[in-house]
Amino acid sequence: MKHLSNMIAAAGLAVLGASAGHAAETAPGAVSHDEYGGVATSLTGAPGDPARGAEIMTSRGLGNCIACHQVSALSHAPWHGEVGPPLDGAGDRWTEADLRGIVVNSKMVFDGTIMPAYYKVSGFTRPGDLYTGKAAPADLPPVLTAQQVEDVVAFLLTLKD
Amino acid sequence: MAKLTVTTAIAACALMGGAVAASADENATLIVNGEIEMVTRTAAPDHVPLGEIRSGWTFRTGETQALQMDDFDNPGMIFVDQAIDAWNTVEGSAEKSCASCHEDVETSMEGVRAVYPKWNEDAGELRTLAMQINDCRESQMGAEPYGYTSADMTAMEALISVQSRGMPVNVAIDGPAAPYWEMGKEIYYTRYGQLELSCANCHEDNYDNMIRADHLSQGQINGFPTYRLKNAKLNQVQDRFKGCVRDTRGETFSPGGPEFIALELYVASRGNGLSVEGPSVRN
Ligand code: HEC
Ligand code: HEC
Repeated sequence: MKHLSNMIAAAGLAVLGASAGHAAETAPGAVSHDEYGGVATSLTGAPGDPARGAEIMTSRGLGNCIACHQVSALSHAPWHGEVGPPLDGAGDRWTEADLRGIVVNSKMVFDGTIMPAYYKVSGFTRPGDLYTGKAAPADLPPVLTAQQVEDVVAFLLTLKD
Repeated sequence: MAKLTVTTAIAACALMGGAVAASADENATLIVNGEIEMVTRTAAPDHVPLGEIRSGWTFRTGETQALQMDDFDNPGMIFVDQAIDAWNTVEGSAEKSCASCHEDVETSMEGVRAVYPKWNEDAGELRTLAMQINDCRESQMGAEPYGYTSADMTAMEALISVQSRGMPVNVAIDGPAAPYWEMGKEIYYTRYGQLELSCANCHEDNYDNMIRADHLSQGQINGFPTYRLKNAKLNQVQDRFKGCVRDTRGETFSPGGPEFIALELYVASRGNGLSVEGPSVRN
């Protein structure tokens, strides 16, 4: 009897874990890109939240995407850069899979691009520990979590002309 | 709703301000104290893949530019005055000051900044100006070396730079300097850190573009040491390199270490032909 309730509790936890985006999460090294660099499957299985995606894109410590891209829908946040193309209409130009591929690792879509990879943990030269200038820890986390990538993709899909 | 409109309007102004600031005064000429004419734009040397090289001064706003046009307005000059005192101060076991050997700084140090980093035949090493200053302190004065990017070091570099203001940067990259230059070049084009960015990504491929609120320059070092409004102090060149590598989410190299010495020679050579400006004013 006791045994059974433990099992039920464990099953419940597993379900909770999945809905919080952990159990079903694809690890950075395990993402597969299609031949054009797109990533068809959600990294978490949970839908992205476009409002949170917008915050991630403007926040310096997270995506800081507007450091390089101009986005009219984010004009409430000051200073949009001009290193990359404006993202207005990106949701029309690209499929969800393409956009996920671009955010996970844009180099799979645009060869040699200056745009950083946001869901990648290896293959770097002298990676650091955030912006401290010190060496990265052995278990270097990606710049964005799987769910943050999904949130950003969900926001990008709202950018229609 | 009203509030939203106001913040949007402010953001729009900020953006426009940025765009205006970015394009303003890039053709202005820099004449310091009404007499020292600086070359801030000139044809790139053969070894630099740019049509024109430009001083960081040409990328700054009119207000920031103006601060460098008169020594009374240039906050970096305070440190030059401090270093004049240090120049004349006896220190160390040999009981000497810089002046004991070099006498008048204005004549003895004229032209020095323009050719550093420079190969030192006797020591068999490439020396930055900071290394030469510390070598004098240790071997000639028997004094403690300055910390590589310390305030004392940076001020002394500023004093020595002032004696070359307006002269063209002219570092040698051939002969024994060549392997250091090659090493520096390799570092310049390596994409460091978790953001995988090289110096060239920002300062060669994207100069004149805005990156967030920063107007990217060519990352030239003819103006060092630089007084930055952002941190209100004089900044040593290798400290600047460190900050730029840190911003790639990278593990930086150490100031005074072989990588940054080589990088300093390489970056200096990209500015051969621009005027020595130090201490310059930047934001
Ligand atoms: C350091 C600069 C930089 C940063 C930071 C950056 N990007 Fe980019 N991005 C680029 C460049 C440059 C391109 C164009 C691809 C190319 O040719 O290299 C690009 C392309 C794109 C595209 C395709 C553009 C189109 O409409 O055709 C999307 C979408 C995109 N980026 C999204 C993002 C998002 C989302 C982030 C942040 C999570 C981000 N970028 C951060 C530089 C950047
Ligand atoms: C992520 C973009 C980025 C990268 C990569 C980068 N920098 Fe910078 N750098 C900047 C910004 C922004 C500034 C401040 C604006 C300016 O002067 O360009 C700056 C300023 C400088 C300056 C000061 C220029 C002046 O006139 O005072 C130097 C020198 C410099 N960088 C050298 C380097 C070197 C060397 C590297 C490679 C080790 C490098 N940077 C990599 C963004 C970058």
